[in-house]
Amino acid sequence: MNSLVCIACVPDTETRIKIAADGKSIDESDVKWIVSPYDEYGLEEALRIKEKKGAGTVTVVGVGPERVKTSLRECLARGADEAVWVDSGDSRYLDALAIARALAAVARGGSYDFVWFGQKGVGYDEALVGPMTAELLDLPHVANVVKLEVGDGTATADREIEGAHEVVSCTLPAALTAQKGLNEPRYASLKGIMAAKKKTITEKKLADLGVPEADAAHARVRWRKLELPPPRKDVKLVPPDDPAAAGKELVRLLREEAKVI
Amino acid sequence: MKFLVFVEQRDGKIRKASLEALSLARKLSGGPVAAVLPGKGVTALAKDLARYGAGTVYVADRDELALYSTKGYVGALAAAAEKEKPDAVLLAATAMGKDVAPRFAARRGVSALADVMELRVEAGRLVGSRPVYSGKARAEVDCGDSALQIATTRPNVFPAEAQEGPEPKIETLELGPIQPRAKVLRVETPESRELDVAEADVIVSGGRGIKGPENWPVIRDLQEALGAALGASRAVVDAGWIDHQHQVGQTGKVVSPTLYVACGISGAIQHLAGMGTSKVIVAINKDPDAPIFKVATYGVVGDLFQIVPEFAKAVRAAKAE
Repeated sequence: MNSLVCIACVPDTETRIKIAADGKSIDESDVKWIVSPYDEYGLEEALRIKEKKGAGTVTVVGVGPERVKTSLRECLARGADEAVWVDSGDSRYLDALAIARALAAVARGGSYDFVWFGQKGVGYDEALVGPMTAELLDLPHVANVVKLEVGDGTATADREIEGAHEVVSCTLPAALTAQKGLNEPRYASLKGIMAAKKKTITEKKLADLGVPEADAAHARVRWRKLELPPPRKDVKLVPPDDPAAAGKELVRLLREEAKVI
Repeated sequence: MKFLVFVEQRDGKIRKASLEALSLARKLSGGPVAAVLPGKGVTALAKDLARYGAGTVYVADRDELALYSTKGYVGALAAAAEKEKPDAVLLAATAMGKDVAPRFAARRGVSALADVMELRVEAGRLVGSRPVYSGKARAEVDCGDSALQIATTRPNVFPAEAQEGPEPKIETLELGPIQPRAKVLRVETPESRELDVAEADVIVSGGRGIKGPENWPVIRDLQEALGAALGASRAVVDAGWIDHQHQVGQTGKVVSPTLYVACGISGAIQHLAGMGTSKVIVAINKDPDAPIFKVATYGVVGDLFQIVPEFAKAVRAAKAE
């Protein structure tokens, strides 16, 4: 079975975010870029499906600037067979629909049983691209998948919702977005890293994929301003020596001062 | 500005997060707005939406809509939008809202302001503020020159305000056959259906400081006293002490409760990102240098095994008054 795994390249979760001089984007100077953590679960599941069935390919695709290639190489090292880099060129920012259009165009160029996404990109945190791509491809989708069983032309997925799971039966091909808990992603082996060097990354341009120039220039979500959250007030410390008194004092503060209980 | 609000129900009960979105739409439009309510047996629920701002309710009441399907529910929203021709569509950023919004947006060739924590109207256009990088920054966003503007609202942030008003106009949506390719077979709710951290007003969280899963009862005691949801740090989830559903942080849930109590959590940057927008934060930790105290409103530098039980006792005593 063939999978297309769509990845986003995002700042490491350890990153301290700084605002760039334009006041609308992040200062990228000290940022280490990683494969968005949720995408790793999608890649891992695609690799496991292929290994279990003993046939098929796993293709990874990413849209963005040159650094995306490093992330794709890492996915190749973990076992993906091939990779496609969609060069976003001068567009530093693409909205979710533009990215979905590029990914859908890549998906149409192959034959995939599964199109994988992370449940959200750890960065813009929109959780839009996966379902949007499914809509453009006219595929069914299941979002927030924590368990998957693959049948013959169908799959059954457990999806996480508030305080419960939905068990969803889905025809294939399908788009799925991966949630933590789905699996435990593997690390790249030394052999994998060596093998990845020989694998090719196909390069495409947005324009080659029929994503109109206007998509990049006229974002349907515009960032007008980016700010750090306002600093919080200094902590008010309650002495710990007498635990009973500390407990009572916390309650008093929460009731009388903060008025939250 | 004309608003249409997608209203979600589960087990015959309207979700509070949808009432929040509805109230917000009424506030932004300055008058009653339209709502769409898909489900089975939902016609009876439609009237009540008037109190939260619905002047018109488009009802899609069908057996096939008893359980959620992307196809059925997006179809209902699309049909209502076809009739209402709104300038803006609001949905709550719940699991369902996050599923419906992007599919509907892509169908209409637009994007969406996802998970906004503030929303206003400026010259007839929506302007939202949304956390990015899991709350490490916030972006002020608009919909560019999109003809249709869509936003999803973070639960628990906007008030759901009931006001007396006239009965809403009920419009029945005629939908074609609904044969979803992705179909919910069943909803598995754990026997102890727990309040989810994403929809909780108060959260009590435990981290590595609890020393082992056998000590959850200490945290649970406070959680129950406060009527809170149980949260956890990534460290204890990765250690297998509790299910991922409870994880708060950058690779867990990003939450904004009124009160967040962190017990034995040092406050890794990813955790702080996930709960930094909480209104009031209480931290209980042995280490005075723990980063959690940088964001906490109130703190106790001490042994959680001594403090937390007394805190719980004091909460119960106060509530009994």
